[in-house]
Amino acid sequence: MRPLLIAGARLLDPASGLDRTGDLLAVDGRIAALDPAAVPDGAERLDAHGLCLAPGLVDMRVRLGEPGAEHKERFESGCAAAAAGGVTAMACLPDTTPPIDDPAMVEFVARRARRVRGTKVYPYAAVTKGLTGEQIAEMGLLREAGAVAFSDAARAVASARIMRRALQYASALNALVVQLPEEPTLAHGGVMNAGPIASRLGLAGIPAVAEVIMIERDLRLVEMTGARYHAAPVTTAAAVAAIRRAKAQGLPVSCGTTPHHLALNELEVEGYRTFAKVSPPLRSEADRLAVVQGLCDGTVDVIASDHTPQDQDSKRLPFASAEFGVVGVETMLAVTLRLVHDGTISLLELFRAMTVAPARLLGIEGGTLAPGAPADLVLFDLEAPWRITETGLRSLSKNTAFEGRLVQGRVVRTLVDGRTVFAAVP
Amino acid sequence: MPEPDLAFRRQHLLGIEGLEAWEILDLLERADAYVELNRQTAKKLDLLRGLTQVNLFFETSTRTRTSFELAGKRLGADVVNMSVGVSAIKKGETLIDTAMTLNAMHPDVLVVRHHESGAVALLARHVRCAVINAGDGSHEHPTQALLDALTIRRRKGRIAGLTVAICGDLLHSRVARSNILLLLALGARVRLIGPPTLLLPHVEGWGVEMHTDMRRGLTGVDVVMMLRLQTERMQGSYVPSVREYFHYYGLTYDKLALASPDALVMHPGPMNRGVEIDGVVADDIDRSAILDQVEMGVAVRMAVLEALTHRARGGN
Repeated sequence: MRPLLIAGARLLDPASGLDRTGDLLAVDGRIAALDPAAVPDGAERLDAHGLCLAPGLVDMRVRLGEPGAEHKERFESGCAAAAAGGVTAMACLPDTTPPIDDPAMVEFVARRARRVRGTKVYPYAAVTKGLTGEQIAEMGLLREAGAVAFSDAARAVASARIMRRALQYASALNALVVQLPEEPTLAHGGVMNAGPIASRLGLAGIPAVAEVIMIERDLRLVEMTGARYHAAPVTTAAAVAAIRRAKAQGLPVSCGTTPHHLALNELEVEGYRTFAKVSPPLRSEADRLAVVQGLCDGTVDVIASDHTPQDQDSKRLPFASAEFGVVGVETMLAVTLRLVHDGTISLLELFRAMTVAPARLLGIEGGTLAPGAPADLVLFDLEAPWRITETGLRSLSKNTAFEGRLVQGRVVRTLVDGRTVFAAVP
Repeated sequence: MPEPDLAFRRQHLLGIEGLEAWEILDLLERADAYVELNRQTAKKLDLLRGLTQVNLFFETSTRTRTSFELAGKRLGADVVNMSVGVSAIKKGETLIDTAMTLNAMHPDVLVVRHHESGAVALLARHVRCAVINAGDGSHEHPTQALLDALTIRRRKGRIAGLTVAICGDLLHSRVARSNILLLLALGARVRLIGPPTLLLPHVEGWGVEMHTDMRRGLTGVDVVMMLRLQTERMQGSYVPSVREYFHYYGLTYDKLALASPDALVMHPGPMNRGVEIDGVVADDIDRSAILDQVEMGVAVRMAVLEALTHRARGGN
């Protein structure tokens, strides 16, 4: 591979706080230097004046359809979508069919990811066998096989006893446990946020407190066990406040949210729009604003897409019967840049939540422009406007919550280990 | 019948939400005329001659289906009943498939009941004919609200200014939602009465009064609408027992004595005697309008069928 010089870009490195115009040299798939004194002979030169160059996004919450839902997404389509979205690494959730609760399954993910040779894919493994919440999975062996974190994905570990054991066990491995913060017996049967809209539409509501109840319980267990705990997606004001207090107390906790919870509220469900049916549900405007505030003050560490491909047959149903979830890996940058354009957050702070923060939590390389780091990069035009359309998406499934939305900020090129995996058609 | 200047001109009747007061009044005016027609020996018109009405019921219902069937037949439509068992329709793609299949047969009106909120609106997006929501999940049941309004108006002479109590399982009731919207639109005051577990949450902005004490809630009201309590609510711990529910929320003469002396008692049926209503109250012909409601049901549905087929009958 020829050395590559990306010249004249606005360099953004949230890990070091760097935000200035300069050049980046990549050699042998790694970042060799910023503003190199000398450029090797034969280096390819990419003029990036007027563009931003940042570490590629690290999306710690995706579903790629394999195994079991290959008609909704494949590694190839998911990685193509990710690359187009500027995502260079992602962690795929274990709620596949069968679930990733066995070292052989973890190896399957790694093997499939190597074949695709695009955006890097890291596997989660289940906290409990079969995601049933009854018996902890082989966390040690799963970790040795390559699991970067543990989660029961769309299910909360409901039993306090099992959660306590899982956290105790994980603490010895220094493993990260990611919990869906939703008290399942309280959320039972609910299909959207409990509130005036659910009451009017006659849909069963999931009360916002279901989130903080689970988080408060877990925080006591974290206090007891010292395990590394990450709650995601966090969607309510009360949950953000609870995490804020826990961090002030010094607990090893973090949390994440999603682009759709930052951008949308429960009004999207109006007209029984099943493409706005997500878990946790879209919340009230007050909750949405509190989550945005949590992101700005650092309480919310991570933005992850929670990419959940669903085919038409899973969504063209009466609301209560439709599946939960939206695709998002391809649109997360453009959707969240809105917060930069409207002055809510700085570009570096936004990128921190989508690069270095998730990379550090998962203990993976990337997420920084530091020399020596892999040349996993996204080059983007901060200002370019475009419209999100179902037909423009590379995912096999088209269930975006942002159909027809005009966004600003377009990925021009995505590189993984110095190799271009996506280049926009000029 | 001459067309009034301001006439209901929508393609579908999916709910009371979004209707203007004058549209509701137009339907009630038309229905009034049909009440008189239905009392005559010769009650058959040929207004809908040549038009096909399909009653598509995904949830079993004898009363509502029969009422729609009679309404259609009295207007001269060809009426076909389709009952689709819940077990046969586990997957909703079948709902859209069913819609498109029926659409290909060119019906003029579809009357649809479905166990899920929003399902009738979903179906309506895939057909070209008029769709009447005959009840969707916990969402709306607009013809029930219209027939209730007609009943009240004929017995009380007006709706504006009356105080109407709606009592029982409000949380799961499509009848309650449609009635609340309609009564508020026509200027009535609405009180909701029920155990805290079955009241409608988060409706502070609707301008309704909430009561958990039935006696207080009934004080001085002009109309008492009782709702059916599904017995499966016991399993969900919404209420502890039928006995306790009847004790606190069953309509008895004792509690009814607090309402205004000529207060009307209504129930959408089918009644659970001894659960939400004492049988003797239900049968009191001076107080109970329950059979009036059934009668008004046919007239209201004729009015709705007439209004929605305006274009199919060559109107503009």
